[in-house]
Amino acid sequence: MPSKEQLQKQKQYEKYVKEITPTHNLALNMAKAFLTGGLICVLGQWILNTAAGFGADKETAGSWCSLILIFLSVLLTGLNLYPKIGKFGGAGGLVPITGFANSVAASAIEFQSEGQVFGIGCKIFTIAGPVILYGILSSWVLGIIYYILKLLGVAS
Amino acid sequence: MKYGNILGSSSIAFDQPVYIESSASIVGKKEGEGPLKDKFDMICQDPMFGTDTWEAAESSMQKEAASLAIGKAGLTPRDIRMVFAGDLLAQTVASSFGIAEMGIPFYGLYGACSTMGESLSLGAMAVAAGYGEHILCATSSHFASAEKEFRYPLGYGNQRPLSATWTVTGSGACILGALPPRDEDTPNASPLRKGGGCAVITGVTTGRVVDFGFRDSLNMGGCMAPAACDTIWQNLSDFHRTPSDYDAIVTGDLGLVGQKILLDLLKEKSVDISAVHQDCGLIIFDNETQDTHSGGSGCGCSAAVLASHLLPGVVSGKWNRILFVPTGAMLSKTSYNEGASVPGVAHAVVIEHKEL
Repeated sequence: MPSKEQLQKQKQYEKYVKEITPTHNLALNMAKAFLTGGLICVLGQWILNTAAGFGADKETAGSWCSLILIFLSVLLTGLNLYPKIGKFGGAGGLVPITGFANSVAASAIEFQSEGQVFGIGCKIFTIAGPVILYGILSSWVLGIIYYILKLLGVAS
Repeated sequence: MKYGNILGSSSIAFDQPVYIESSASIVGKKEGEGPLKDKFDMICQDPMFGTDTWEAAESSMQKEAASLAIGKAGLTPRDIRMVFAGDLLAQTVASSFGIAEMGIPFYGLYGACSTMGESLSLGAMAVAAGYGEHILCATSSHFASAEKEFRYPLGYGNQRPLSATWTVTGSGACILGALPPRDEDTPNASPLRKGGGCAVITGVTTGRVVDFGFRDSLNMGGCMAPAACDTIWQNLSDFHRTPSDYDAIVTGDLGLVGQKILLDLLKEKSVDISAVHQDCGLIIFDNETQDTHSGGSGCGCSAAVLASHLLPGVVSGKWNRILFVPTGAMLSKTSYNEGASVPGVAHAVVIEHKEL
């Protein structure tokens, strides 16, 4: 275990490095993320409306929307264009469904050389895996809370 | 017969100079668009180097650089007594697979991005001790294989912090020997010989692993600068020199952030190297136009800059004595995920101009 004095020194060094390290402009980055994420969502809305215009019900239109966005993201990842969107838009490119598709497709492409089982099979979810695991876990927890609230008569 | 003197706590001064017989560099497309574009031996436009995987690409690049260096020294692989080579991949596969085909006795090294300093140090010691007439020192790094090894798949759309460095796709190789490079009048003259001028290694300082408890692996400069500071300070103290005894003190890949930290840390010890300090990561890329954030990195960075830019400069007499200090950050994906800090290491090699 490092001594108290050492920890103090480490903290001091960390603070000093943080001070002199340049960072991205937060306001500008947030604006870019808003623009990128916003445009992806506008595209999604347009797909929804168009599908509805063709007579699809709400659920079918939603499926079309997800399908097309995922397809576009995978295509752009394959063409090496999605990293440029991610670099520009940051979380704006990562949070929508397209970012999830990008993380899966990028891993599949990268680890293809290691084989179908140990490469693609094992590593396709290296980035998306935590999202899936904790997404399911949190929906399970929310489900239990909902169930209890229902028993208590608070929720219907 | 006594060949060298041990100095201070970590240095060796060689009685007989160890000659650098030849050097060669191969880089990728991006590096070939940088400020040193006219100095590399080969710029490969294909990032796969004609192979199917990033790892094989790196192996192929390192093998080519080694072959070039052997050829420029007027030698064949059979003349090489041993090779000290390393890279950034797990279990240093790029080196072992690349050099395997040449059939030269092989020592694989891992010193992260400091590996060129490590290989030159060990190579020079072997030559100085009389254990080899020609010794090959080579390292490589590849942007794509390093991203895959340490970070994310290439197609993943993420944003790099401004403190991040850009791993150089490149390889550098040198042949060290006990005799001077072949001069211009002989067949197979070495480019590292201009009249009587050549480059020699006169001393080394072995670096310690220095841990300031810093954990940000995307700020390599911050991880490695304390090690560079320690080694440079130790070198000056062991050799009883001041910064002005060197025409240039060239670190490996500290980048803009690391350079600032190094200068500040040395100032705290009352040593000012700002007049002579350079960094290979800042030489190989133009950060402004090439979008490389803090600068270039990787063990191919310092090796390629040494082979293409620094050694010819020493041979021509532009610099009389330089201190070459490649810097490495010691981490693996596992150590990082387990919350370990990222210590640094730096090895210093004294390279001097010699008139025969």
